[in-house]
Amino acid sequence: MYVVIAGAGKVGWNLARELMAKRHEVTVIESDRSRYLTVEQELEHAIQYGDATELWVLERAGINRADLTIAVTGDDEDNLLICQLAKEKYLCERIIARVNNPRNRQYFELLGIQPAVSATDLILRLIEHEVPSYGTVHLLDLRDEQLEIIEVEVPEGSPVIGQRVSEITLPEGSLIISILRDGRGFVPKADTVVQDGDEVLLVLDPGLEEAITEHRVELEEQKAKNLAELRFGLENWDGP
Amino acid sequence: MSFILIVGAGRVGSTVARTMLANGHDVSVLDEDPLSHERLDSGMDTTWEDAGGRFTLGHGLEIDALREAGIEEADVFIAATDGDNTNLTISQIAGKHYQVPRVICRVMDPARAEWYAEQGLHTICPTSYAIEMFERALEEV
Repeated sequence: MYVVIAGAGKVGWNLARELMAKRHEVTVIESDRSRYLTVEQELEHAIQYGDATELWVLERAGINRADLTIAVTGDDEDNLLICQLAKEKYLCERIIARVNNPRNRQYFELLGIQPAVSATDLILRLIEHEVPSYGTVHLLDLRDEQLEIIEVEVPEGSPVIGQRVSEITLPEGSLIISILRDGRGFVPKADTVVQDGDEVLLVLDPGLEEAITEHRVELEEQKAKNLAELRFGLENWDGP
Repeated sequence: MSFILIVGAGRVGSTVARTMLANGHDVSVLDEDPLSHERLDSGMDTTWEDAGGRFTLGHGLEIDALREAGIEEADVFIAATDGDNTNLTISQIAGKHYQVPRVICRVMDPARAEWYAEQGLHTICPTSYAIEMFERALEEV
């Protein structure tokens, strides 16, 4: 896969590293000269100096053949326009935009720039779970893939406490992908036992969020039916 | 008489604002720099407000600032900040989200001014005019 990344900040640089480690071809564009020179020492030819909102800079970076464009500069207007150009002018199939100010998220949606990822939003949502009224926290929509990721806090006295992951019945189309415990997240195995105070991340088919919430109440009456599916999913999950 | 909202009161924005106000239009100006208010006042007998103008301090991407400046009632939206990216973003928002009937956007970069114009945005590119003027001036060389 060929990936163009606009912005060589912490996010852009690390994304480039990870993608290159997975043998993808990457070009990073950075408009700050001194930042460019710093990152260039490591990334060498995989970073170019220039303003990624300019067409010729994008074209020089090979945007015409990019499979994925990621805009992660510190400026929302730039990220929005870079993705808009990538998608609508250069017909790049996949784009990912970073939203720095969550209040700007609606503009990305309005102009069809999806997915737009906001770290602030994600952290805010993690904070929301401190408020007891939030049973589930909606973490991420993967619209093209038709998937959602939500977080469920295991409530006090929940019947799933003490159960192994493989024993927990979940609606079809849902899967436990991670457990957060004592500030750490890990990928559970089928025999991982759910504890009081755990937060569980689930990946869902869209529309299942309500079912999961209701489900928490009904769990006591249900028996493990989707065991095989759950096991299959967990064994094939290659990490967050 | 139209209600004109101008975002960015630099040399261009403030001059257009004063002209439009003098022509009898309602004019509201949004700028994040308090100094731009003084620029509006300069060369006028009264203050900008006394002459009937409106001024809001804030950034063109802030919804609250845009609303306070009257984007929901605007007939004309002019994006004249010093940033192409800001102008292009807020112009599209003004047109698509707030359905302002006429949106005019300043874009310094000729390449993007042309592409966005092809997409239906009314862009004005001062750089293109400058190039044209230079080339015309050089025709006799």
